[in-house]
Amino acid sequence: MSADNGARSALDDARGILERVFAPDAVKVFAMFAGIWLLFIWFGTQLGYADHFIFALVRRVTFLSAVYALAVLALNIQWGYAGLFNIGVAGFMAVGAYSVAMLSGSPGGTPPGLGLPLPIGILGGVLAATAIGLVAALPALRLKADYLAIVTVAISEIIRLTFNSPAFADVTGGASGFDNLPTNPVRTLLLTEPGSIISEPTAIGQTIFSFTAEYGLQRLTVLNTVYTLGTLAVLLGVYLLLERAGKSPFGRVLKAIREDEVAARSLGKDTQNFKVRAFALGCGLMGLAGILWYAMGPRASVVPVNFRPPLTFYIFIALIIGGSGSNTGSILGGALFASLLFEAPPRVATIIGNRYEIAADPANLVQALAPIVEGELMPLAGFLLNNIDTLRFIGMGVLLVVLVQRRPEGLLGARKETASAVSLAEDTRPGTAPERTTAAADGGEVDE
Amino acid sequence: MSDRSDGPADADLPDDVDAPDTDDLEPEADDSDVEEAAKRVPRGVPLRVDGLRKEFGGITAVDGATFSVEQGSLTGLIGPNGAGKSTTFNCITGVHEPTDGTVHFRGQDITGDRPHSIANRGLVRTFQIARELDEMTVLENMMLAPGGQRGESITRSVLPGLRSEVVDQETELRESAWETLEFFEIDHLAEEYAGNLSGGQRKLLELARALMTEPDMMLLDEPFAGVNPTLEEKLLDRIHALREQEDLTFLLVEHDMDLIMENCEHVIVMHQGRVLDEGTPEEIKANEEVVEAYLGGEV
Repeated sequence: MSADNGARSALDDARGILERVFAPDAVKVFAMFAGIWLLFIWFGTQLGYADHFIFALVRRVTFLSAVYALAVLALNIQWGYAGLFNIGVAGFMAVGAYSVAMLSGSPGGTPPGLGLPLPIGILGGVLAATAIGLVAALPALRLKADYLAIVTVAISEIIRLTFNSPAFADVTGGASGFDNLPTNPVRTLLLTEPGSIISEPTAIGQTIFSFTAEYGLQRLTVLNTVYTLGTLAVLLGVYLLLERAGKSPFGRVLKAIREDEVAARSLGKDTQNFKVRAFALGCGLMGLAGILWYAMGPRASVVPVNFRPPLTFYIFIALIIGGSGSNTGSILGGALFASLLFEAPPRVATIIGNRYEIAADPANLVQALAPIVEGELMPLAGFLLNNIDTLRFIGMGVLLVVLVQRRPEGLLGARKETASAVSLAEDTRPGTAPERTTAAADGGEVDE
Repeated sequence: MSDRSDGPADADLPDDVDAPDTDDLEPEADDSDVEEAAKRVPRGVPLRVDGLRKEFGGITAVDGATFSVEQGSLTGLIGPNGAGKSTTFNCITGVHEPTDGTVHFRGQDITGDRPHSIANRGLVRTFQIARELDEMTVLENMMLAPGGQRGESITRSVLPGLRSEVVDQETELRESAWETLEFFEIDHLAEEYAGNLSGGQRKLLELARALMTEPDMMLLDEPFAGVNPTLEEKLLDRIHALREQEDLTFLLVEHDMDLIMENCEHVIVMHQGRVLDEGTPEEIKANEEVVEAYLGGEV
C-alpha cells in the first residue's frame, strides 16, 4: 500500500517537474529553437553538406526566424492585443529600411545618402515608420476596424509604389532599389576596413576570427553569425519590452478594446488614445524589423519587390500559428513559419529528389494526375517536387484555414494570457491563501 | 399632482450643489449659500436633463425630455418600446450627441462630452445586453475599470524603476476587486473567462465592474432582463445596499412594472420621446394618461 503510494507520488513528482520545466515561456522558445536547429542539421547531413555549410544553413534559418519573430511581435501589439487590423506591415517595414538607407548611406554613392551615423539612422527609421503609421491611421482609427484595414493596405502599396516610381529614382533608386546601403555594423565592429572582408580585423575581430578559424568557419559566415546573434539580442529586448507593456494596465485596456471598445469607453478609457499609442508602437517596431531584416546584415537589399503585400500575409499567418495575443506565441509562430513553412520544404524536396529517382517532370497538374488512373504515381511525385516552391504557398493557405477552424487560439492558446502586472490567480484572494493551500493538499491526496 | 414633487425643490437648488454628505450638514461657523440650500433641500440633484432632443434623420427619438434625478435615489425610467429611454441613456452617457438640450452632471455641463470623460466624472452606465469582455477573466474585467491607473502609460509599465509603482497599485486594485467580487458573490468565478459566465452572472459582473470605477451615479439599462428571480433579488439587494452604504444614485430603465413600483421611490415615464409624468409610484399608478399609454389599462 505505502510502496504503491510511494511509486505513485514519485510519478506525480516527475510529471510535476516536467510540467514546471516546460511551463516557463523561455523553455518553450529554447526547446523550439533547439528542435529547429536539430532538424536543419539533419537536413544538412542528408544533403551531404560540409560542416561549415550546415552551420551556415542553421544560421540562415535562425536569422530568418528572428526577423520574422520581430515583425510578428510588432503586429501582435496591434492586432493580437488591441485588435487593430493593420494589413500594411510590409509598408512600414519598407519605411524603416529605406529611411535608414537614406539617412546613413554614404553621401558619395548612388543614390546618395545623408551619411549620418548608423544609430541616428536606425532611430530615424523607427521614428519615420511611427510617423507614417500615425499619419495613415489617425483618421482611420476613429472609424471602424474595416477602414483601418483598407487604409493600411493602401498606404503600404502607396509606399512601395512611391519607392518604385522612376519619378523619385534619384532619391530612392527606383525599381532597382537603394543600392547605397549603410555599412553593416558588424563589419565596422570586426574589421578595420569594413568595405573589404579580407582587411585586417580589429581587436575584437581578431579574438572572434581566431576562435572560429578552429572550426573552419569562413569570415563571411562569422560576420553573418555575429549579426544574427545581434538580431536575437534585439528580439529579446523587444520581447521583454512588449511583455511588460502587455502585462500591465496598458495591455489590459488594449485587450478590452479588442473585446469590446464600447465597454472600454463606458468605463472611462480614452480608447482612441490607447489605439493610437498601440498603433504607433507597433509601426515603430515594424520599422525596426524592416531595418534589421533588409537594410543591413546578410539579407541586406532595399528593393521595392521585398515589400509586397504577401510579406504582410506571411507575418499574419505566423502570428495566427503562434497565437495572436501572446508575445511568446509570436516568437514561436514567427520562427516556426520561417523555418518549417518557408525554409524546410525546398530542402525536403531536394532530399527526396536525391534519394529517389524521380525523373518524371509533367508540365501541368493534368499530366501529373492523369497517370494515377494507370497506377503511375511518379508523375505526380515529380510534379509536386518540381513545384514545391509554389506549392508551399498553397500549403500555407491550407494550414491557415485548418488553424483558424481547429485551433483559432494558436499554438499556445495564449490569447487568454491575463494582462496584469500582478498575478490574478485564485490564490491572490486576500486573507484566504493559507487556508487554501491546506485544502489543496488534502484534496490532492484524496483524488489521486 | 407631480408639481409638488419635482417643481419647487429642484428650482431652489443651485446646479453646483454636490451630494450633500451628512458631514456637510454639520453646523459650521459660516454657512455659505450652498449649504443653506443643502439644509433646506435634503438631497442634491446630480443629474439634470433639460429639453433633450435627439433626431436620427427624420425620426425624433427623444423630443425635449426634461427630468432630474435626486442624490441617493433609485429612480426608474419607464415607457413603452420606442419611448426613447435607451436613446436618452445614450445621449446622457455620450454615446450619441444630442441634437438639442443639455445634460448637467453634478453641476457641470456634460452635453456632448465623449463617453470616457463622462464615465471619468463618475457617471457610469451598464448596458441592456451585458458587455462583458469575453476573453478576459472575471478578475481582469474588474481590474480594467478603475480610473487613474498608473500602468496605463507605456513608459511607466516598461521602465524598471517606475514599474514597481505600477505593481503596487495593481496589488491594491486586486484587493478591492476581490472585495467587490465577494460583495456580489461571484468571487468563485474570479479566474473564469467572462465569456463562460451565464447571462445573470454577466449582469452581476457588469455591475461589479462599473462599481470598480468608484462612480457617484449609475445608469442601469435593463439590469434585470434575462435574470432569474433569485439573482434578481440578489441584484436588487446589492443596489439597495450600495445606496445606503455609499450614497450611490441609480437611474434604471426597466420593463418589469412590479419591480419598479416596489423598489423605486421616484418614477419617470417617457412616451414618444417626452416625459409624460413623474412622481412616486403611487402617483404614477393613479395617472390615467400613463395607464393608457403604457400599462394598457391593466392596473
